[in-house]
Amino acid sequence: MDNVRVIEVKQSVFADNNAEAERIRRQLKAEKTFLVNLMSSPGAGKTTLLRRTIADLKDEMRIGVMEADIDATVDAEAIAAAGAAAIQIHTGGMCHLDAGMTEQGLNEIGAAEFDLVVLENVGNLVCPAEFDTGASKNVAILSVPEGHDKPLKYPLMFQVCQALIINKIDVLPYFDFDMEKVLSYARVRNPSIEIFPVCAKTGEGFPAWEDWLRRQTAAWNG
Amino acid sequence: MHELGVVFHVIDSLKKVAADNGVDQISRVTLQLGEVSTVIPHYLSDCWKWAAAREPLVAGAELLIEPIKAISWCEDCQKQYGTIEHGRACPYCGGGNTYLLQGNEFMIKEIEVPGPEEESDG
Repeated sequence: MDNVRVIEVKQSVFADNNAEAERIRRQLKAEKTFLVNLMSSPGAGKTTLLRRTIADLKDEMRIGVMEADIDATVDAEAIAAAGAAAIQIHTGGMCHLDAGMTEQGLNEIGAAEFDLVVLENVGNLVCPAEFDTGASKNVAILSVPEGHDKPLKYPLMFQVCQALIINKIDVLPYFDFDMEKVLSYARVRNPSIEIFPVCAKTGEGFPAWEDWLRRQTAAWNG
Repeated sequence: MHELGVVFHVIDSLKKVAADNGVDQISRVTLQLGEVSTVIPHYLSDCWKWAAAREPLVAGAELLIEPIKAISWCEDCQKQYGTIEHGRACPYCGGGNTYLLQGNEFMIKEIEVPGPEEESDG
């Protein structure tokens, strides 16, 4: 096998994605658009949480939503009905969004026209955590029926997020969900993570979450 | 879990490397994969076979995977230990003031291309 040559590469497989994500962040900063990458398991309540958040904030900021679910016209219609612009991102059946797909979505929605854009990532606690989308902040939703051990089982998701929403707290009496444990598990992984227990159905806990979103958006777009 | 997705990322990176080096065929790709990179070597190889067959640049190319052991460091003990065996808790003091030294890598180390060695010096 002397009729070959070897080329040394020594490059992280994610190097291109990370560079693209940094470029997206710089552009969003310049355009004064705050991009939130919202991640969770399927059924944790992303769309319900977004509908209520949009209804509460739509009069103070211009909000756009990019939906990455594989068949999401139902979600997109619900978002539009709540008062925000919504588009679907075509994931091609992928288990996560990367920076390239996010940029296509930002171009399609016209991100510069919005103060806040929410990227509703594919419902999955594993793969989306691995790929920087170029978002300003990452937020995860964990719902009570999923159990309090999720930060132990999916540590990376809880490390890459700046905020964690614990949804469906109205059903706490019916599940063996230990709120103290989930708080401590999440903070072991990520001591600076901000945690908001909420119920997207009733609006309980929303003022603290929406205040965080308001402050972060203002700080980014400043 | 997303082995097919990362294979597409690998192939995209290889296309750029090939363009930079004026290469139109790759016969072997060597990856370095950390034990806690969340990528499973066996699935990665299967996905590679499927995806590489559809991309002329790497059609039929062999994939070599070099594992990198996961090692953590305890700040309190100033000692290192195997991450797979002990996780985040230090086996010497039981504490959690630890971090990963190595083992989450996912690198393209080198590629092999058909053709004679180029004389670059002289």
